[in-house]
Amino acid sequence: MVLLTRKIEFAASHLYHNPNFSAEENRRIFGKCNNPHGHGHNYTLEVTVEGEPDPVTGMVLDLKELKEILEREIMQRMDHRHLNYEVAELAGQIPTCENIARVIWRLLEPKITQGRLHRVRLYESPDLFADCYRNGTAAAGKS
Amino acid sequence: MSTALKIELGRRYKFSASHRLHSAHLTKEENCRVFGKCNNPYGHGHNYVLEVSLSGAVDSATGMIANLADLDAFVEREVLEEFDHKSLNEDVPAFREKVPTTENLCIEIFKRLKSFPKAKLERVRIQETGNNSFEYPGDNQEGNQP
Repeated sequence: MVLLTRKIEFAASHLYHNPNFSAEENRRIFGKCNNPHGHGHNYTLEVTVEGEPDPVTGMVLDLKELKEILEREIMQRMDHRHLNYEVAELAGQIPTCENIARVIWRLLEPKITQGRLHRVRLYESPDLFADCYRNGTAAAGKS
Repeated sequence: MSTALKIELGRRYKFSASHRLHSAHLTKEENCRVFGKCNNPYGHGHNYVLEVSLSGAVDSATGMIANLADLDAFVEREVLEEFDHKSLNEDVPAFREKVPTTENLCIEIFKRLKSFPKAKLERVRIQETGNNSFEYPGDNQEGNQP
């Protein structure tokens, strides 16, 4: 099995707020991420696809196709958007790295038909990221 | 479609520390041969980057595996306060006996962080320099991922 990773970057705004919490609880739990008008990040997304290289093309999948999937599914949905208000798949969820990574997995998995989605890693900043993978197949080469 | 998914949270921390690679079980010549310039008598330092990965259920009320403030405070207390701007050989009791290679540093830091109460520690990864990194998944069977 070979792993192939493509990286994209998008810029988006968000805030953390749970309407079931009081104003004080929101402030205590989410800190400055609860500031009412939101804030933004340059997100970096790494998408890893697993598979065997095609004997004719030598490719797990055509990078051009992956690039188009990422453009259509992620960039058009999330780039320069407010994640709380403009991304339907995140409605009702706190747009943490964990939740965004899971939404991205759900968006991409059915679209990747050559090879198989292996991991989604979403960086909110160089020091904070979330990984999403299929449960039980986290280790490379063990699936 | 409802593939069971696993989510992990990764957080990076930085600390600077000095060390000297030297084993009391080796002769002076052997130490010099095995450890090279890392055996220079007064030690040297690195800017270490520590990457901590945690797994657990994502709380639907907060969207989080663990609150970063809790994690940051825990790592600060258990690791950074005791390692940052210190000599690993002189200031960290574990390295009185063990050589403070980054392999051993991973194991020591894993031991210190595995009791984090809010999520499961999956692995620690340490970059000693931009060119060298090491990771330790404890006993986790799924620890070695790319």
